[in-house]
Order: sequence, then structure tokens, then C-alpha cells
Amino acid sequence: MDDVDKKILNMIQTGFPVESHPYQSIGAVVGLSEEDAFNRVKAMVDSGVIRRLGASFDSRGLGWTSTLCAMKVPSGRIEEAAAVVGEYPGVTHNYERAHEFNLWFTLIAPDEETVSATLGEIESRCGMGPVYNMPMIQKFKIKVDFQFKEAGGD
Amino acid sequence: MKKEITPRDADIMAHLQGTLPMTLTPFADIATKVGLTEEEVIAKVRDYGEKKYYRRFGATLRHQKAGFRANGMGIWSVPDQASRKEIGEKLASFIEVSHAYERPSFEGWPYHLFTMIHGQTEQEVRDIARRMSEAVGIDKYDVLFSIREFKKTSMQYFDHWPGREGK
Repeated sequence: MDDVDKKILNMIQTGFPVESHPYQSIGAVVGLSEEDAFNRVKAMVDSGVIRRLGASFDSRGLGWTSTLCAMKVPSGRIEEAAAVVGEYPGVTHNYERAHEFNLWFTLIAPDEETVSATLGEIESRCGMGPVYNMPMIQKFKIKVDFQFKEAGGD
Repeated sequence: MKKEITPRDADIMAHLQGTLPMTLTPFADIATKVGLTEEEVIAKVRDYGEKKYYRRFGATLRHQKAGFRANGMGIWSVPDQASRKEIGEKLASFIEVSHAYERPSFEGWPYHLFTMIHGQTEQEVRDIARRMSEAVGIDKYDVLFSIREFKKTSMQYFDHWPGREGK
């Protein structure tokens, strides 16, 4: 990833141009032709530096609900529990963390009833004790991008 | 779920929840697929942004590949409810923090504030957390690192949207 790539990423993490020829505008900002700008973005998508290029939908903006959940799973049974949890399409993140509360996942659902039903189902299918539901009370920050320093830049 | 979002809107947004068509004119390609003009699709996509259906439009990076190698979930015990807002905002003001929330505590879980902290190494993340703790005067905190990632995806809202099942 060179400075031009970084410049492109700094621009398109939050501001991919929603217009007929987006790569023309990106190219104009970084000093490349439309084709060259496109090829650079495509290369970063192909290599996996860019995981996704599209809209980051907001569950609340769409009228859905989301929550963070944790379980205390016996250490030998983490994979088993993670496999059950991971089956649900509303579970978008699922991690083992180094703590007594060792399995963490996020759940997105159309409404609270679906959240309760899903967590109840996970509890009974796993049989490893309660799923602790920790919905957000207050939001202080969601940072949507990571700005890169360019070697020769400001 | 918002009632004003029609199955047609869900059709359009289904094309925005993954990666755009990798062509010079992605919105024209989406227009062809959903049976609208390019201008109509562009107007709709901008409108969805104004209505805050999405938070941003652009590239989501694979952080490890982009040079942010370590992240830890900072958990902070702030028993005094009245001070949580101020402390939460102070923790959130660190540039290494991407997300900061208040969440419920309960028996066996004495933590109230959650912060995702990013750095190059676990040690760096721990050092940042220590500086944060000094800044807010909270010494009951911990940083939980992930041992294994079992799943990390973006929510495919529109695959299961009422009125467009089976598309």
C-alpha cells in the first residue's frame, strides 16, 4: 500500500462518490485517470485490504435493534457454543475473549421480541447457562474510519 | 423495522450491502438489475443516506491488513451513574478508541463502559488503556483481547426483508 492508495482509502472510507462516474472523481482528487483510480481500488478489493465497498447500514436507522451478548462457556466447549451462535444470520461478530465471560457476540434483529426469542433458543440449544444481554444504554462514539498518515504528506 | 421502507427500496439496498459491482459505473449496473434508471438509483442512494439508513458509504477495511494489528475491548467500572456520561466521553476522546458505549452491569459483571481500543500490538493497547485510566481516574478496568474470531460479517439485512423473500 503506497501513499496514493492511502490517500484513496482516506477518501473512500467515508466518502465514496455516489454519482455516475465515481472513479473519475476519486482520480481527480488523487491525480489519476478514471481507469487508474478504478484499478487501484479493484486491486485493494481483490487483495482483501478493502473488505467491503458499499453502504454501512445502521440497524437503528433501519428501525432494527442490536445488542452485545456474552456467555460463560466451559473452556472445552467453546467451539460447540460458537458453532450454535454462529448459525444465526443476525449474529455478525462472534469472538472468544480471555475472561470468565469468554464467548462474545453481537446480535442484530428486526425487533426486541426476536432478540429475546433468539437468545432463549441459544440458551436452550447450548445448555451452558445464561446468555447475558447487554444492549447499549448510551453511545459515546462510533468511529467509522481510520485515517492514514502519508509518508510525504501533512 | 421502518414501514416507509418499501420492498423496492429493499431491492435497491440489497445491492449496497455487499461490495458494489466492480465496474466504472456501479450505479448504472445496479439500475439495470432493479429496473430503474441510473439517475433514479443515484437519487435513491443519496436519499437513504439523508434518512440515515446507512452510517456511511464507502470502503470497510480489513484492519489487520491495513496495519492495525491489535484491538482490545476495554471495560470500565463506573458505579456512580451520574459520572458515566462525562467519563464515557473522555474515554471516547482518545483517537485510538473506535467505539464507546454504556451497557448494563449485573451480578458478577461490575463494568459499565465499553471501549474498543486499537493499536499495533497488545502491549500498545494495554498502554493506551493505562493512559485512559489515568485520564479518567478509574482503576477498576480490564482489557479483553480476542483469542479466536469465529465470525465477522456485515449484516445482510435485505436477504430476509419482508416482501422480498426468495429473491
